[in-house]
Amino acid sequence: MGIVQDKTIIVTGGASGIGQAASKLFATEGAQVIIVDLQEEAGNETVDQIAFTGGKAEYHSVDVTNYDQFKALVEDVAGRYGSLDGAFNNAGIEAPSSKIVRQSLEDWSKVIKVNMTGVFVCVKCEVEQMLLQKQGGSIVNTASVAGLIGVQGASTYNASKHGVIGITKTVALEYAKKKIRVNAVCPGSTDTAMLKRLTGASQEFTDYLNSVVAMGRAAKPSEIAEAVLWLLSDRSSYVTGIALPVDGGYTAA
Amino acid sequence: MVSGKTILVTGGASGIGLATAILLAEEGAHVVIADLQDEAGASAVEQINNAGGKAEYHHVDVTQYDEVNALVEDIANRYGSLDGAFNNAGIEGPGAQIVKMSLKDWDRVVDVNLTSVFICLKIEVAQMLKQQTGGSIVNTASIAGLIGMQGSSGYNAAKHGVIGLTKTVALEYAKKNIRVNAVCPGFIETPMWDRTTAGNNRLKDSLQSLVAIGRTAEPVELAQAPVWLLSDRASYVTGVALPVDGGYTAG
Repeated sequence: MGIVQDKTIIVTGGASGIGQAASKLFATEGAQVIIVDLQEEAGNETVDQIAFTGGKAEYHSVDVTNYDQFKALVEDVAGRYGSLDGAFNNAGIEAPSSKIVRQSLEDWSKVIKVNMTGVFVCVKCEVEQMLLQKQGGSIVNTASVAGLIGVQGASTYNASKHGVIGITKTVALEYAKKKIRVNAVCPGSTDTAMLKRLTGASQEFTDYLNSVVAMGRAAKPSEIAEAVLWLLSDRSSYVTGIALPVDGGYTAA
Repeated sequence: MVSGKTILVTGGASGIGLATAILLAEEGAHVVIADLQDEAGASAVEQINNAGGKAEYHHVDVTQYDEVNALVEDIANRYGSLDGAFNNAGIEGPGAQIVKMSLKDWDRVVDVNLTSVFICLKIEVAQMLKQQTGGSIVNTASIAGLIGMQGSSGYNAAKHGVIGLTKTVALEYAKKNIRVNAVCPGFIETPMWDRTTAGNNRLKDSLQSLVAIGRTAEPVELAQAPVWLLSDRASYVTGVALPVDGGYTAG
């Protein structure tokens, strides 16, 4: 029996990076995975990969910042599977790295919209559904170490990720008695396309980023996924409203 | 989750320690219980072995360096390695506002709750450094290690200290494949909870009403967290203080 056996779980941004690793891990652990992403090719490919190893997944192209679209998806999923048991609100983007005087208002709006408003919309829809269910559910939002501390050149990203933690703790308090748990995971440097875009082709920058992590390396996406798996499962039944760093010791200093 | 690992649990004869020892054994670990409660310790071992698990009990005072050192050396000699440790032994505070708290009571709660963790960490890390395989250590802090609580300055200082130790030692040995984390329990149904609330149902209700989830936890709910942190599934998690508190510290 898998750790999330027979649970129906939405993963936003599930077609690449941390989301993709999570989709695969949840499927391996017995869940019915609903992958939400705008990258259609990668989404379908991920579903194929999961099916190939005997797991259950489907892909939907849905904009997480669009309430009507996301609400329709949640209702459809709950209608077909009987319930929505978990959600990993992971879809997110970065802004170009620059100190605030050179950050554009346009990039600010874009990042806040996807990273923070997207989480607000998704959590709202998911909680609305889970309130209809006696067994409640478990939600995990992808924040970041950037949601806990400051990172030069990332004011926009940091603001949005601090905001994700704010939403997480507040909604956790609001529905704790309704068996709905809400937690955040705070990844440090993780080996994904987002990290590659950040470092460009620069080995020097990559080495520098590794050097500021106590463990001396970036995480594999699956290592972040393991933490989310635990938080979505019934094993973390008394855990709610936390922001869990999975960061190789980065925020310990 | 921890199949084949040899794991030390201090304060493993009752409460959170016992629940964790039982769960670790269920998940395949060989559990070494260290405690001062000999009868409860023997009973725990019997319970675990009868259920098909592997456990042993040792009478050890975790405030005594030589006793902890001898135990860890013995474990390493007999099993080849110490793969994990749950430094959980602890006592509750004297429960008094600071002007009424004696230095004697302060010393006692700091000795058992903080100095013992320093001693255990020091010895466990030294052993794990000798092993090529590293290891994982979890310390029992508390929500009292994250926030303040009236009438609890000794206990809260000690538990804040445990988190300080945890983060520092995590940084020191992160590159040596040794992970160190803390778990921060909220209100858990244990003998310590019974003693602290002293059968006062009104007090119990009022404390539970402070918890977002609205109830205390069963010890096994707490145990899930150190078991996960001790396993390889938490391979990128170190230096963390993980609240298992039903939302207490979220508000």
